[in-house]
Amino acid sequence: MEPAERIVRHFQEDLNALQKRLIEMAGLAEERVRVAIEGLVARDVSALDRITTGDLPINELHIEIDNRAFTLLALHQPMAADLRTIVAAVKINTDLERVGDLAVNIAEAGRRYLAHPPVKPLIDIPRMGDIAQQMLRSALDAFIRRDTALAQRVLDEDDRVDSLKDQVFRELLTYMLQDPSTIAPALDLVLVSRHLERIADHATNIGEDVIFMVSARDVRHGAATLPRK
Amino acid sequence: MAGLSSLSALTAPRAAQRPLSPRPTKISVRNLNFYYGEKQALQSISLEIQSNLVTAFIGPSGCGKSTFLRTLNRMNDIIPGARAEGHVRLDGLDIFDRGVDLVELRRRVGMVFQKSNPFPKSVFENVAYGLRVNHLVTGRRDLAERVEESLRAAALWGEVKDRLHESGLSLSGGQQQRLCIARALAIRPEVLLMDEPASALDPIATQRIEELIYTLKRDYTIVIVTHNMQQAARVSDVTAFFWLGRLVEFDATDKIFTAPAEKLTEDYITGRFG
Repeated sequence: MEPAERIVRHFQEDLNALQKRLIEMAGLAEERVRVAIEGLVARDVSALDRITTGDLPINELHIEIDNRAFTLLALHQPMAADLRTIVAAVKINTDLERVGDLAVNIAEAGRRYLAHPPVKPLIDIPRMGDIAQQMLRSALDAFIRRDTALAQRVLDEDDRVDSLKDQVFRELLTYMLQDPSTIAPALDLVLVSRHLERIADHATNIGEDVIFMVSARDVRHGAATLPRK
Repeated sequence: MAGLSSLSALTAPRAAQRPLSPRPTKISVRNLNFYYGEKQALQSISLEIQSNLVTAFIGPSGCGKSTFLRTLNRMNDIIPGARAEGHVRLDGLDIFDRGVDLVELRRRVGMVFQKSNPFPKSVFENVAYGLRVNHLVTGRRDLAERVEESLRAAALWGEVKDRLHESGLSLSGGQQQRLCIARALAIRPEVLLMDEPASALDPIATQRIEELIYTLKRDYTIVIVTHNMQQAARVSDVTAFFWLGRLVEFDATDKIFTAPAEKLTEDYITGRFG
């Protein structure tokens, strides 16, 4: 009895450590999105530069978390909820790393944008940024609290970001048609909105992974309504 | 995002969408109670064992899984004070019926035990013995053919074909266990009951037994008791989880090991008790 309990505690400790690192990774990714958008709005070039050059910690965590997950799978052959947690962690890890990359993309587009006079006051893009960050935060809260209702709310938010992106595009198009000199900076704003929309998609993926992890339901691609093979 | 199929093994099949398997029932168990004297070892077990599938019984020590396995060919009859209530039907035949021929039942439902137990005879005689005593062969040539066929089916022929007249006890542990499987197969059973068949073997020998089980299910219905949950997950199609003499959960193996319906099953397979 005693040795079996010790093994479980060891596994549980390692699983907890994996989740802790994932939460740190999420914090870093979210912070980088926040700084990139704030830098763009405040026309703060040095903040954007910090984002374009500061990807290393997130990349290191990306590798460390995958290694931890592989080790847990190889040494403990986890099953059921434990297995789903580790599989979800690996997938969430990839999503967070992509969020980190997209923050870099936003900072790069922001740097180019700031080389021109402002095309327009930035209203919808910071709003998209807020929603995308909130989705990331909620998805991770849902992961920590095993909260499928909160994860579902993240999924529901995705449409709002999509329609804001369309709205930003339509508005910028009118600027570009009126004044071709705005085309280059306006396209960079279109790219920023596109990156934010992708970040929201990654938050959605995380929400789906949380639902899978907690309840073993696959809600991706409307899977609940697909015929099973 | 990756396609659905890449993770389909990890997602929970909904019971209504995916029945266990559309195979005919080989053994049907209804309301089975089993007692060792006063002590009730099995409580109202009902389940269906399907043809040509591997069904695994898992659960902590003393949960009744081996007792249940042994009721399937009435091996428990020899234990004084043991008695069973309920129905176990093999292709519709109630094996507790008074008129059931026990020798015939055990010919149809063979058994392999935890510890390999070859007879202290030659490799050939170990396999030939059941064929002779049951008068299942017509002559020497027929006997030799059936012995070879059984040893081949147990994936042992290549290793022993030049040592057929050496003692069965001179083989390695893994070979002895496959010899016992060959002996069980020689009389062409329909169902093979295996009680911890690999628990005393090293990992390589265990892997050979598991591969053999996978091959044998084409021709036999296999029921295996195992303490090794990874083994149950690897070799079986359907898994039954027993706890304190009760059947807690019975479902497709991938469902049991990725998304069990019962908390008790979850706690057991994730090592939180037992």
